[in-house]
Amino acid sequence: MKDDAAQRHILPLNLYLAVGSGLLVLTVITVAAAQMDFGQMNLLIAMGIAVVKATLVAMFFMHLKYDNRIYMLVFVGSLLFLGVFIIFTMFDTLRRGDIYEEISEPYLKEAVIYRTAETGTASSHAAADSSHTAAEAETETTDH
Amino acid sequence: MEHTIPEKHYLNEATGWKSWLMTLDHKRIGILYMIMVMFSFFLGGVFALLLRWELISPDKILMGPEMYNQAFSLHGIIMIFLFIIPSIPAILGNFVMPLMIGAKDVAFPRLNLASWYIYVIGFCFAVYALFTGGIDTGWTFYTPYSSETTTAVIPILTAAFVLGFSSIFTGLNFIVTIHKLRAPGMTWFQLPLFVWAIYATALIQVLATPVLGITLALLMLERVVGIGIFDPAMGGDPVLFQHFFWFYSHPAVYIMILPGMGIISELIATFSHRRIFGYKFIAFSSLGIAFTGFLVWGHHMFVSGQSDFAAVIFSFLTFFVGIPSGIKILNWMATMYKGSISLDTPMLWALSFLILFSIGGFTGIILGTLSIDVHLHDTYFVVSHFHYVMVGGTVMAIFGGLHYWWPKIWGRMYNETLARIAVVLIFVGFNVTFFVQFIMGTQGMPRRYATYLPQFQGMHGFSSIGALIMGVGFLLIAIYLIHAIFKGKPSGPNPWKALTMEWETPSPPRAGNFEGAQRLTHGPYDYDKVVPENALKQYKTL
Repeated sequence: MKDDAAQRHILPLNLYLAVGSGLLVLTVITVAAAQMDFGQMNLLIAMGIAVVKATLVAMFFMHLKYDNRIYMLVFVGSLLFLGVFIIFTMFDTLRRGDIYEEISEPYLKEAVIYRTAETGTASSHAAADSSHTAAEAETETTDH
Repeated sequence: MEHTIPEKHYLNEATGWKSWLMTLDHKRIGILYMIMVMFSFFLGGVFALLLRWELISPDKILMGPEMYNQAFSLHGIIMIFLFIIPSIPAILGNFVMPLMIGAKDVAFPRLNLASWYIYVIGFCFAVYALFTGGIDTGWTFYTPYSSETTTAVIPILTAAFVLGFSSIFTGLNFIVTIHKLRAPGMTWFQLPLFVWAIYATALIQVLATPVLGITLALLMLERVVGIGIFDPAMGGDPVLFQHFFWFYSHPAVYIMILPGMGIISELIATFSHRRIFGYKFIAFSSLGIAFTGFLVWGHHMFVSGQSDFAAVIFSFLTFFVGIPSGIKILNWMATMYKGSISLDTPMLWALSFLILFSIGGFTGIILGTLSIDVHLHDTYFVVSHFHYVMVGGTVMAIFGGLHYWWPKIWGRMYNETLARIAVVLIFVGFNVTFFVQFIMGTQGMPRRYATYLPQFQGMHGFSSIGALIMGVGFLLIAIYLIHAIFKGKPSGPNPWKALTMEWETPSPPRAGNFEGAQRLTHGPYDYDKVVPENALKQYKTL
């Protein structure tokens, strides 16, 4: 059986070491890249390196490369669908302001989650504020 | 030739309630599902009749606006989550699919039984919600209303969440079964098209349902813990909820319709006594629908405040769904062309499907058009469109399927005359109910309102009469089908003289499905090569 063969598959130690060192090198690159500011490319570069690392792990340590190709299909397929979900949703969220400027911004900038992110206050503190924020939101709506 | 019921079959090989509740037999699990799912259909139907009763007049008859909101929400939630999503895969998929591929059971019988118990737990949560405050959000649970309303949102979300797992288990089980348990000689292109459809459905069930689970869990967290994800008052984005929700729920539309299309492929081939036209096209169009179904969810959100860029892309992609659906319809018509068509009851359901689903599909194209949808959104035009797809499509298909496989399931035949009368009642009743709703929609009648302007009274009254006719039709079906279980004439193993493998075993089948190992001797649609008899594995060669 093909599946059994895949389970028995043993890779040479050198290959494991090579992939392992590759991962270490990529980790160093990740840290180095985090020190520099590439502007809009920051996320893309960080994610790019992460994807390469994850691919190496999946292909060699998890034996996806030597296994029945159906598993590769399932694995890549799931990532593809996740990608579709995120990218298509971003078609919306990133371009809300194309026509109406005011809807490109969060409805309530002082909302708990944004405030917590900026000031770094403890979450319990933020929760206590939430009733206050909701009340504020209501006033804002009536003002319009 | 007089037929008899075989002495031993899956219904009498083990007896007692425990033999049912602990059964691992896919056929018995299918019947357990049938009882629960059909009871849900009855419940949802009662709510539908109450709604139509209320809408006979713009004044209050039975319920006020709050009650009305609860009634239409429950109608939707029960019909979608408890009836239509599990209906065909869990009942007929469970019963027929392993027989069709010549297997003794599904790949994971225990998982199969677990999925039924999980369904029952979900059902209990839904009933609990019904008695503890009801639910008035509609079946879509849109935020921010669903994070604020005081009705029983948490129990009903839990119900939908739990039911999702039942659906995933069934899907997973079917994928493995179809990959691993096909009879020797049965290649992928020798599979009956119902199996292809169930396979495509299972893929969607496994891929999309987890997203619904995540969405509902996030909504529960928002309500219980106050994390701002969807509620703008807490910094959330309500439109994001719609993205999450429809990423599952649009593919879920295909979970509902694809297995129905599979049934129709079987019915049309069997009753036209002709090789199905464009087998591979029909098979791959199922996968095509499953795939494109994932790329179009934003067409539910054209007026939600979604960016225009996204709306244009979603509208454009929506039209592509029309292609595989069109391929199927045209192939079915081509199969019937020059066929030797017999108008037995299942075929009448299939023909109803062809007409009603085509109307549902075409109006879908109208609604997918961005500029038109802005006007028709949230009107009765939409209500009518999805009822033409869901009832005109899936419900016609499941009743076609039930009538087709009823003699296989119970070994007995129902009263054909009553059955034909019932099809006509449902077909007429359905069109009377819903066709006027297209007209009302174009005239601006909004959905989900307990009252309306006086100018709509005539059409609403007409629509309610249709609902009553359908109600009578379904009651009639229930009566003669249940009667057939006990008193029907024994049908013989192959009453429709079909070529797929489920007819190569006695009706009702043994617990292990087949005597000995099953082997493929002819394709599922080889009507141009062999003519089957209503006896076990007897064929005349042409």
